[in-house]
Amino acid sequence: MPTLTSSLDTTGETYRANRAAQLALLDQLREQLELAIAGGGPRYQQRHAERGKLLARERIELLVDPDSPFLELSTLAAYGTQFTVGASLVTGIGVVSGVESVIIAHDPTVRGGAINPYSLRKSLRATEIARSNRLPVINLVESGGADLPTQADLFVPAGRSFHDLTELSAMGIPTIALVFGNSTAGGAYVPGMCDYSVMVDRRAKVFLGGPPLVKMATGEESDDETLGGAEMHSRVSGLSDYFAVDELDAIRIGRDIMSRINWRKHGPRPSASPAEPRYDPDEILGIVSADVKVPFDPRDVLARTVDSSEFDEYKPLYGTSLVTGWARLHGYPVGILANHRGVLFSDEAKKAAEFILLANQTDTPLIFLQNTTGYMVGASYEQGGIIKDGAKMINAVTNSTVPHLTINMASSFGAGNYGMSGRSYDPRFIFAWPGAKLAVMGAAQLAGVLSIVDRASAAARGRPFDEEVDRMRTTAVEAQIDAESHAFAVTGRVYDDGVIDPRDTRTVLGIALSAAHSNTVAGRRGYGVFRM
Amino acid sequence: MTVPANTGPASAGPASTAPAGRAPAGRAPIRKLLIANRGEIAARVMRTAHRLGISTVAVFSDPDSAAPFVALADESVRLPGSSPAQTYLRADRILAAAAATGADAIHPGYGFLSENAGFARDCAEAGIVFVGPGPEAIAAMGSKLEAKALMEAAGVPVLPGAIIDDDSDLGADGARVGFPLLVKASYGGGGRGMRLVRDPGDLAAAAAAASREAASAFGDGTVFLERFVTDPRHVEVQIFGDSRGTVLHLFERECSIQRRYQKIIEESPSPAVDDALRAALGEAAVAAGKVIGYVGAGTVEFVLDASGSFYFLEVNTRLQVEHPVTEMVTGLDLVELQLRIAEGEPLPPEVIDARISGHAIEARLYAEDVPAGFLPATGTLHRFDFPSGPGVRVDAGYCGGSVVGPHYDAMLAKVIAHGRTRTEAARRLARALARARVHGVTTNRSLLLGILREPEFLAGRTDTGYLTRHDPAALSGAAGTAAGTAVGAAAATAAMPATVRHAAAAALAGQAGNRRSAGVLRSLPSGWRNVPSAPSRVSYALGDEKYEVTYRLRGAEVDLSVNGEPIGAQVVVRAASPDTVDLEVDGLRRVYSVARVAAAGSTGGADVYVDGPDGSTSLTELPRFADPSTAAHSGSLLAPMPGVVIRVLAEAGLAVKAGQPLIVLEAMKMEHAVAAPSDGIVTELRATEGEQVDAGQLLAVVAAADEAADEAADEAAAEAAAEATATAQN
Repeated sequence: MPTLTSSLDTTGETYRANRAAQLALLDQLREQLELAIAGGGPRYQQRHAERGKLLARERIELLVDPDSPFLELSTLAAYGTQFTVGASLVTGIGVVSGVESVIIAHDPTVRGGAINPYSLRKSLRATEIARSNRLPVINLVESGGADLPTQADLFVPAGRSFHDLTELSAMGIPTIALVFGNSTAGGAYVPGMCDYSVMVDRRAKVFLGGPPLVKMATGEESDDETLGGAEMHSRVSGLSDYFAVDELDAIRIGRDIMSRINWRKHGPRPSASPAEPRYDPDEILGIVSADVKVPFDPRDVLARTVDSSEFDEYKPLYGTSLVTGWARLHGYPVGILANHRGVLFSDEAKKAAEFILLANQTDTPLIFLQNTTGYMVGASYEQGGIIKDGAKMINAVTNSTVPHLTINMASSFGAGNYGMSGRSYDPRFIFAWPGAKLAVMGAAQLAGVLSIVDRASAAARGRPFDEEVDRMRTTAVEAQIDAESHAFAVTGRVYDDGVIDPRDTRTVLGIALSAAHSNTVAGRRGYGVFRM
Repeated sequence: MTVPANTGPASAGPASTAPAGRAPAGRAPIRKLLIANRGEIAARVMRTAHRLGISTVAVFSDPDSAAPFVALADESVRLPGSSPAQTYLRADRILAAAAATGADAIHPGYGFLSENAGFARDCAEAGIVFVGPGPEAIAAMGSKLEAKALMEAAGVPVLPGAIIDDDSDLGADGARVGFPLLVKASYGGGGRGMRLVRDPGDLAAAAAAASREAASAFGDGTVFLERFVTDPRHVEVQIFGDSRGTVLHLFERECSIQRRYQKIIEESPSPAVDDALRAALGEAAVAAGKVIGYVGAGTVEFVLDASGSFYFLEVNTRLQVEHPVTEMVTGLDLVELQLRIAEGEPLPPEVIDARISGHAIEARLYAEDVPAGFLPATGTLHRFDFPSGPGVRVDAGYCGGSVVGPHYDAMLAKVIAHGRTRTEAARRLARALARARVHGVTTNRSLLLGILREPEFLAGRTDTGYLTRHDPAALSGAAGTAAGTAVGAAAATAAMPATVRHAAAAALAGQAGNRRSAGVLRSLPSGWRNVPSAPSRVSYALGDEKYEVTYRLRGAEVDLSVNGEPIGAQVVVRAASPDTVDLEVDGLRRVYSVARVAAAGSTGGADVYVDGPDGSTSLTELPRFADPSTAAHSGSLLAPMPGVVIRVLAEAGLAVKAGQPLIVLEAMKMEHAVAAPSDGIVTELRATEGEQVDAGQLLAVVAAADEAADEAADEAAAEAAAEATATAQN
């Protein structure tokens, strides 16, 4: 396979400036991640520890195989909202007894692990990842239930949590609940709907109604242990399959269960001992400009991402605003589509559609590296059928059945987001770099469009147009859109699976690809590859 | 120390009158040799036999069926059973084995039947050459009492002594001999059946115990008293006699470094013997040999006091364990000489003209726990290898994978080093021991290293009180730090015990192993996190100490702490695989060899052996999770080693005091009491007399007084509950 030659000047001023800008963004990311790790803050974490309990991430560290990688998902969920960054939940892909699994752990230090609308989105995204990639789900349960003040946003969609668990089970995907604490009311259905449930002695409380509610409803006097203790559920109700003497024991039992599920991945195995890229992934930070309007050559990124920096480019001379080609990543064959100069023209759209069909023909997963301002506008392009060509690309992306992995490197605007397998096109995983922007269009363009429309509207109605008001409004709109298109804001709404350090791109894609190969990797069949 | 060339054996000369029973000259060459022994000596004899073109036959007990010496032999014959009495002491079975294989000669090695006159006689009657002196010489020397009388008559200096029999007046005999004195088994060796008595009041008990031990070990309970020279040197002279009546000596060996009368370091020549003394010792030894018409290899043992006077101790009518030091300084093969003499050849000229060249020191590597009072150790030797180099010889009875059981002497190997000088020999020997990889069995290696690097030893000031003056546990401990300080590159690293780096190396090798064996995501970075909240963590136990290693790899660099302390400001992992870690700590780089042996069962623990230039450490990796069903009840008494329960001193329900012995185990010929850990009640007693138990087997449970009450209450409650259930069902 041809080897990429990167001409990135790692000594130049541009490189240094780019790198400094990226490092500043990464500092901001680290700051947010530390907030997520801190959960409910030192006071609640300490109180939790004093009760002899482990933190959510401590539970996960013990659950996963020693020295295996763990990829946390939706790390900044609820960023920019009234809720704590991370949304009182830790989700991720980890290896437990040799099985790649989705792990969903409540953070009980944040308001008792209460579920708010962002926690719900985050957990539903995790079960969606489990379903589409065929990954077992391990719930580390300790939650006081719904965040009642937000019940209106929560109650109806929350039913999906339990629906998903049993649906996974029906698909042959094991689900496990390790209950460390409260799992009451609706939460009681988590152990109820899982294939296996393990409860920790004198900690687990699994009941539909606690002592006060029972007293209110029937007048019966009872206590937590009688209504929902681990011992009762293990000996009497049978809701608990395994009685754990303490948290460590529950985790040990969870690992034992995973070691016995007779798991086989359905996708092909990666080739053994894949070679690292010939260029240092650390240098990726110097590639991307702080200014999204400055394009960069995605081949420089690929040279620092794919195995041996080997990349077999497809149609290198045609539709050159989009780079397409074949490579391997951590031993898995992949097809890559990467925006080069932002705009997608008809040629690029047709090239992308063909390439996606080819990948489906050969059951090759696709990686989309986004840096797009969308499809080209203008009379000649419209007349040239840009809509039809864009539609071909969106059609191909939509109906492609090989796994898609998407990374927003810098920008993802307009229908380019759709064509490049944005969130609505069901990529198995989608991540963003910290400087990336995502919106229907750039903030300045959007504000400008609004201004033009307003001006036209005023003209049509014969009203005077207040330039000062327009300027203020334009500035405000621009600021609002800019904030909303910020990578943290996008990921805060769980529109992607997290913001990652660009230097980790190869690692994150490697974990995601391997997870995707838990399921069958098969392309769409039925038509030949259309030469567009 | 440079030893000048010896002037040769003082008394090599014409044959003395051949006594009756001596092997006749000019007999047929040996074609097939049966070795009536085991372990390193069996292998050592076979190697020489094979070099001489002689076929070999091994005999083996059941526990030895996979031993290296059996594989080395051309043929082998099973001796059913495991105890020496069932196997290597069974003269009839061994003779039957010789008959079955057509062996025409038997080499007895040392120990077992090597000094059994009856066996030598049986061999002669069966027409089989016994490689050793005639039965009369064995018998004469086998009784230490007779030997002493004979030597006294021949003018060899002896210590005052007295024979003990049923009619003896112990008090009077003791007074005549003088205190301190030794009670010794008349037919004994290796320190068994021996007791030191300083106080006349202790004599009776010591004599009884020695007699009991002698009766059990040698089948004859006769003991005698002998003046004890405080802290003498133990010096012995190698002699050889041939069937023509020539008796000569091959210089002395010093074997003063002993623990419990068991030699552990031997050397030749002795640093305390000059040419004049050497001549006098040699003369006395040859005189001793001549008086009994000695044929073959023998050793005349003396005690040498501080003034240079020496006294006859005994004659060992066999090859000594420590013969290799003589071989290394003379360049001779003593087993070859034994075989040639047994074939009727005269002593060859190179023996008559033998000279001492340089210095040789032997260290006996034993499977034992020195700080625990030389408690015999058992286990599987997962790895057993030594660095090869000039001047180093290893005579081993075990190899990697061998099981060290409780049935026989616990000597794993003899490591012998030769050098131009004593200092060089000691240095080579220490390096060979230090860089050896001995995994799975606790050994006295640290003690040996401690001695070999200790100034008094290096100055040649050795005597039998050496290990009384120098605490063995302290010497063992010094071995580790000596290597650490010797490096001394950076003050901080030198101050850090090597075990800390070893724990770090174990963890890094462990993570490499985890990555290599991973079924998925194998090529991904070790322990990678996009949201790092805690480092990777693994804990090891070393005795009572715990080492918790936390680490996070960042490419080649690693943030690594042991028990919360970073091991260096900059730690670079140059390479890490499951068996090798190349670790650079603040610029100081060392390569560690790491071996991991998973523990039996599902608990997930493992034994990890780290060998490096700064020493060796055996760590136990603690499992991340304890399975509560396998956790031992507090107060459980587990067998400390495999052995036989010889006495049960308690029964269930008995109230006991802390430290009260409950069960006595016999292992490796020694008795070990298993005592109550606290005051309380024996709630369970699972051991029965005569039962063979494995290490870690539950023998008894002692509930502390209050616990016992709780348990009784619990039982009552359980019974009541069962009754209630039964009622409900009715």
